[in-house]
Amino acid sequence: MMKISPIKVAVGEAVGIVAAQSIGEPGTQMTMRTFHYAGVAEQVPTGLPRLIELVDVRKEPKKPLMDIYLKGAAKDDEKKAQAIAADIESITLGRLGEVVEDFTQKKIVIELDPDEMSHLRVEMDEVRKKVKASLGTDVETDGNTLRVKPKVNSLRMLRRLTNRAKSLPIRGVERIRRCVVLKGKDGFFIRTAGSNISGIMKAEGVDSTRVYTNDIKEVEKMLGIEAARNALVHELKQVLDTQGLNVDIRHIMLLADAMTMNGQIKSIGRHGLSGQKAGVLARAAFEETVKHLVNAAIQAEEDRLIGVTENIIVGQTVPLGTGLVKLKMKI
Amino acid sequence: MAITVSKTIDRIRFSLFSPEMVRKLSAVKITVPDTYNDDSYPIDGGLVDPRMGVIDPGLKCKTCGGKLRSCPGHFAHIELVRPVIHPEFAKVIYLVLKSTCNHCHRLHVMSEKQRAELVAQFEKEVEAAPAAPLAKSVAEEGAAAAAVAAVQAADRAAERSTKKVKRPTSCPRCKHKLPEVKLLKPTTFYKDKDTMLPTEVREWLAAVPDEDIRALGLDPTYSRPEWMVLTCLLVPPVSVRPSITLETGDRSEDDLTHKLVDIMRINQRLEANINAGAPQLIIEDLWELVQYHITTYFNNETANIPAARHRSGRPLKTLSQRLKGKEGRFRYNLSGKRVNFSARTVISPDPRISIDEVGVPMAIAEEMTVPVAVTSWNLEYVKQFITSDNYPRAEYVLRPDGKRVRVTETTRQEVLDTLSVGSIVERQLMDGDTVLFNRQPSLHRISIMCHSVRVLPGRTLRLNPIVCAPYNADFDGDEMNLHAIQAEEARVEAEMLMKVHDQIISPRHGHAIIKPQEDYVSGAFFLTRSETEFDKAEACNLLAIIGVTKLPSPDRKDKWSGKLLFSALLPSELTVNTKSKFTRKTADGADHPDNTIIIKNGVLVSGALDNRAMDEILERVIQLKGTDAGRTFLDRSGRLSLAAITRQGFSVSLANYSLPPEALKLIDSLQDKMRREIESVITQFKNKTLVRLPGRSLSETLEDRIMSITSRTRDESGSVVEKFMGTDNTSIIMARIGARGSILNAIQMASMVGQQAVRSKRPSRGYRNRVLPHFPRKDKSAAARGFVFSSFRHGLSATEFFLHSTGGRESLVNTAIRTARSGYMQRRLINALQDMVVTSDLSVRDSRQAIVEFIYGGDGADPMKANYKEEAPDSSGPRDELDV
Repeated sequence: MMKISPIKVAVGEAVGIVAAQSIGEPGTQMTMRTFHYAGVAEQVPTGLPRLIELVDVRKEPKKPLMDIYLKGAAKDDEKKAQAIAADIESITLGRLGEVVEDFTQKKIVIELDPDEMSHLRVEMDEVRKKVKASLGTDVETDGNTLRVKPKVNSLRMLRRLTNRAKSLPIRGVERIRRCVVLKGKDGFFIRTAGSNISGIMKAEGVDSTRVYTNDIKEVEKMLGIEAARNALVHELKQVLDTQGLNVDIRHIMLLADAMTMNGQIKSIGRHGLSGQKAGVLARAAFEETVKHLVNAAIQAEEDRLIGVTENIIVGQTVPLGTGLVKLKMKI
Repeated sequence: MAITVSKTIDRIRFSLFSPEMVRKLSAVKITVPDTYNDDSYPIDGGLVDPRMGVIDPGLKCKTCGGKLRSCPGHFAHIELVRPVIHPEFAKVIYLVLKSTCNHCHRLHVMSEKQRAELVAQFEKEVEAAPAAPLAKSVAEEGAAAAAVAAVQAADRAAERSTKKVKRPTSCPRCKHKLPEVKLLKPTTFYKDKDTMLPTEVREWLAAVPDEDIRALGLDPTYSRPEWMVLTCLLVPPVSVRPSITLETGDRSEDDLTHKLVDIMRINQRLEANINAGAPQLIIEDLWELVQYHITTYFNNETANIPAARHRSGRPLKTLSQRLKGKEGRFRYNLSGKRVNFSARTVISPDPRISIDEVGVPMAIAEEMTVPVAVTSWNLEYVKQFITSDNYPRAEYVLRPDGKRVRVTETTRQEVLDTLSVGSIVERQLMDGDTVLFNRQPSLHRISIMCHSVRVLPGRTLRLNPIVCAPYNADFDGDEMNLHAIQAEEARVEAEMLMKVHDQIISPRHGHAIIKPQEDYVSGAFFLTRSETEFDKAEACNLLAIIGVTKLPSPDRKDKWSGKLLFSALLPSELTVNTKSKFTRKTADGADHPDNTIIIKNGVLVSGALDNRAMDEILERVIQLKGTDAGRTFLDRSGRLSLAAITRQGFSVSLANYSLPPEALKLIDSLQDKMRREIESVITQFKNKTLVRLPGRSLSETLEDRIMSITSRTRDESGSVVEKFMGTDNTSIIMARIGARGSILNAIQMASMVGQQAVRSKRPSRGYRNRVLPHFPRKDKSAAARGFVFSSFRHGLSATEFFLHSTGGRESLVNTAIRTARSGYMQRRLINALQDMVVTSDLSVRDSRQAIVEFIYGGDGADPMKANYKEEAPDSSGPRDELDV
């Protein structure tokens, strides 16, 4: 294991700072442009905005994307892949036609567009069933028009229900807004706008072992912290690579490991790693100075001067590199 | 400079001051709401009472007797007639009030039993807080980790005691009905809709027993909640709020002093009114006013209250504002400190000095000093500096008794006589001294490197242009900073860790960052291509430049090839096989032998070097011979390349970008073809026969198609440009060997500038349905949407020029935003990762000694050296070992 000695890292090396600089310094060289994936979302952030998004660990990325690989024959058959894609894509009632309220009769009127229906291969019956199940038992069918009489009293409730009806899922996996079939290295795969790991893994024809999403938070929730860490490394590397920036994988790994070390993914800002540091002075010197000092006072907190910032503030050597060496002798 | 073993600070405790403590600390009780009397003498008991220390030179402190520099200043206090809420603690007070009973003053959020359990558990947690395993070996760290764990345990306990507990309507202990306490920010408390005066708040808080306070997460030994209602205000010494004397002789007081005067004045008025038995209403009004002044004294940006202002209308800078933000005490004075022994001026290039040298102008060398310890071995040497009147001269002598003597005409003899071993002589900066050199923004560690001094004539700092890259420096007026090292330990550390040649390989990716660029690459290329050969005189000259005194035997009859001369730089172990980026054909159409670069046992056998080959040679030299050899290689190859390129001359001119008429015709036809293609897709779009791209609307599809047609057209014109400009065009050569510029630059100058984009799309906004009034409405053709048909050489038409600058502006704006955003991101990254360090077992730990990585990078390799072996670690890292 330790045969690498000639290139071994020096004990005391400030690897954190080196990693931060190695990732941060090329930031000025990155583009701010958004990248346009074939056919899927409008514009996916790349470069600096995406990097910031990753280290901030947003609840959901601006443009969640998934790559879905296929099982069996669909891999090599575009038609079959298309069929799977059509099944996955989430179709809401609003997409199939117009949903309006009829205030005089307190009804919701759904005028379905037959063109769109056949284009998306949705059957009338399917829609009817869904509507009945979620909006009310009283459904009249009149050609392409459905009239539902929900059990509501006020017009305001009707309006609210109507708005909700527009996003009623008819078919497909929730939150998957768009699907495109693309050709990859080993056959066809589906790229989607919107992300939903659990939904996709359950979907028919999908190779559930190879589902990929760019939503780190979701990976953490569904697959655990180790997976989130690997996803973070992968996404960070991807961002830097597409910008043509060469950064050693170790720096990226350290950042990802630091963000996931407590078993829970943490951002790097004042609400994450920096805000939870051991030293009062270190936190005060970063952001929200007064808040940290006030809290330290009421809790009678002690700063043990174990970090870099704290020691710089009091004018002592920092516990890194040559400053780490302790020599005890009588003088 | 005697070595002093100073005390080190082990820990800092934060806490609140009790009123008693404030009185004990205080050197004087402030009684007068004023500063100076009419004779401009400080008033006794006033806000600049001399017992608080002195700020004028010559005066003595009335408390400690110290002078300006020796007296640290002493605190004073103001006795407030009525207590006042400390605004920053209002939230904490609110927490205590709403969790305790106003009758029995006990915690009501849980039963007695629950509380007892909680307290017991809290104490157990504090005791049993586990020390980090590694810390056991180092006692200090162990204690540190335990303390950290204790604090965390306390946090957890505190959280448990306040959260998820429903507020009862009556006290479970004394059965009294609980009032509803409300806080109206910033400092007003209500009890069932009645205002609570601070006196009442204070009494309530004072009655809550310690154990309940503890359960709320406060530490009553250090911070009793009633101390958050001030009865006695600590006044900082004058040295904290110095007054300044204006040119007119008027004094101008610090903002804090102004605020304290306000507090004193209202406080006194309140006292007078109380004594006179004024109506309660008036008293409460004044009380409120004291509260306002104290609130703004602590924080003049408190929400919901107007900021206190200076007469000029400028908001006062009070305590919080002094600490906060980039210009606050923490970031401006504590995290970053001003230093002495530094110099700053404009930089300019000097390719003759070594890359690890810095040219220092005489004016700076004369001003800066370096301490030299006097020993029995250098006594005579040091005496020369004291005796000398001219340049390398001693400025000061520090005698062993600690006295500092300036060496002047008059003191010289005495200094010489008393000079002894153990003295320290501060002499002027000389050649070979070690200094640190820095250019801001210091984005990475190689923004500060260690150079050795070379005193030169002139008025600028000089550096070798090869080291521009790590500093990101150029010579369009850049300034850089120089720091003269003042201690032997620091000097050794800088020389061993920070020398330029130890930074040739970047820790970011393990490849060279200090490497030949621009003209150095061009020079190496021209030197090493087959056509280059020298006669004896020239060969001797060139070899002399790189310090070679033995002329090898000629390899081309009586001539020496450039390859042979270049080989003199290479170590005999070096063997490289690679391909050049610049490929040529020989006259008979075969591959030119220079296309393949072969170095065999330190001899350049074939190939004209490009930038990649130079990088590889440099990296291999460092691997084989070490960083010192790397520096020598850069120095010598640099000189040789420049000599070679100077000898033959190298330039670009307008003629480089002039294409023959047949080429222009070809380009015209390409552009015609493009127009037709665009016309045809637009027609398809209008007829709705255009096939929609998946997931795109029809108009988006049109734009996509047009964009790909325009970019393809420009690329196609690129091959025309390359074909007609040929391989002798300096512009093309520079682009291909990686010296400077790209083929795209040549295309834009010679054939066409191409499509301009705003937000990655063709420009579309401006006038109604058109970008400029020069075009028909709804015209989607290339010209109307920002395609520049002209080349830079030919010049742009008015509309082309306009749309070109639209795109140009966007990139300027983007650059400005990007620097700000990436700067902040880097600050956050550094802050999050700065404590991570490799420990002796190669694990990475943070300041709490918590393990971040079991083995750094999964393999313990230093990224700076990792490319020595061509193995990258598995990005899944140490995770494998965890598999059970």
